[in-house]
Amino acid sequence: MCLAIPGKIQSIEPRFDGLIRMARVQFGGIVKEASLDMVPHAQVGDYVLVHVGVAISVVDEQEAQRTFEYLAEIGELDDLVPHQQL
Amino acid sequence: MKYLAEYRAPEVVEGYLREIRKTVTRPWTIMEVCGGQTHSLVKNGLLNLLPPEVQMIHGPGCPVCVTPLHLIDKAVFLAQERGVILCSFGDMIRVPGSRRSLLEAKAAGADVRILYSPLEAVKLAQENPNREVVFFAVGFETTAPANALSVQYARQLGLTNYSILASHVLVPPAIQAVMADPETHIQGFLAAGHVCTIMGLDQYAPLAAQYGVPVVVTGFEPADLLHGILLTLKQLENGECRLDNQYTRVVKPEGNPQARQVIDQVFEVVDREWRGVGVIPQSGWDVRPELAAFNANLKFEVPQQRAAECPDCIAGQVLKGIKKPHQCSQFGTRCTPLNPLGAPMVSSEGACAAYYHYAQASLAVAEVG
Ligand code: SF4
Repeated sequence: MCLAIPGKIQSIEPRFDGLIRMARVQFGGIVKEASLDMVPHAQVGDYVLVHVGVAISVVDEQEAQRTFEYLAEIGELDDLVPHQQL
Repeated sequence: MKYLAEYRAPEVVEGYLREIRKTVTRPWTIMEVCGGQTHSLVKNGLLNLLPPEVQMIHGPGCPVCVTPLHLIDKAVFLAQERGVILCSFGDMIRVPGSRRSLLEAKAAGADVRILYSPLEAVKLAQENPNREVVFFAVGFETTAPANALSVQYARQLGLTNYSILASHVLVPPAIQAVMADPETHIQGFLAAGHVCTIMGLDQYAPLAAQYGVPVVVTGFEPADLLHGILLTLKQLENGECRLDNQYTRVVKPEGNPQARQVIDQVFEVVDREWRGVGVIPQSGWDVRPELAAFNANLKFEVPQQRAAECPDCIAGQVLKGIKKPHQCSQFGTRCTPLNPLGAPMVSSEGACAAYYHYAQASLAVAEVG
């Protein structure tokens, strides 16, 4: 659970009564919301490392792609999939 | 177990292995601190590819594993007896408390929810103004910005029904605790890349100097890990002890200043109990006193019962790298991932669980071959 997963910012939208800018970030076929508070300069189209709903760093596309493929390969993307509430 | 040709960049992996074999002239013991790295080393079979002189020891870097039993009991109590909506990450929900896990509490009717992010818990609090929502906030430095932000968002939204049960732990004091143990035989450290993405490097150079050990900030892919191990071995063979950064493509020396600021605004450094290890001074974060309204530990009165750990579990020695999981008398017999006696068998990042799955895989290979 300590790994951050790279994804691409699709759009940036207000959330929480308009108080907060959240990004919709695409990870392969999955889209999740992430806070951009830690990467204030990130733009639509940028790749960010996201950990538990917060983007913690901007990375280049090549780095994002290879890390994502690796995480998929070792089955570390489970965190992204909505848990069936057991 | 993987064959070399199956790696995405086999030539890179083979190149580092060749360099490692060329560099090593005598035995060395290196600890990787981060559970994600343990998982990757074991899952990719890298431990079998390293020359026998290189011993990797798995450190305490699994937040789920080091969360004390009494905090899990507290979370179970809040969910069962106080009727709160208790949320946390999937791994945490499965860890056995002294009587039951959160998952078992849920099966018995408690409102326990597995969430991807603490920010989702803030949303839950907003949508359920008549219920208390508690997020069981475990993690190392990587997870702290999210947990801290959840408190800031809740405050900005004026929510009075959101709080966190913090069990935050820090990597540098854990390294100090490992080195301070007279039984330790660790000679070098791989530090965790994503932790340093947040915190930067400035805490690590003093550790390398103080204990005379190389510390190499390392990523978690096979090529990263082998590169980190190689950089550590080069220093060891040359009698050096510095901080190196293998993961420069992600880790900046200053870390993430915004994240560090939010962490500072919400958390303060406190003494923290590590399951299996005991209290390590100044080794964790808890919610600052001025934000006490968001601290579930203060908000809810919970009868303090100190539960005893299973006496046969040697998790403390495993977490400090003094013993390997399979040296535990319970390993794989009474203690398995389905029926864990201690936390390192629960989380996939725990050393015992990683060894359990890995041993099963090696056995399968041995049977076939
Ligand atoms: S194998 Fe089980 S009992 Fe032994 S140290 Fe690991 S978690 Fe504890």
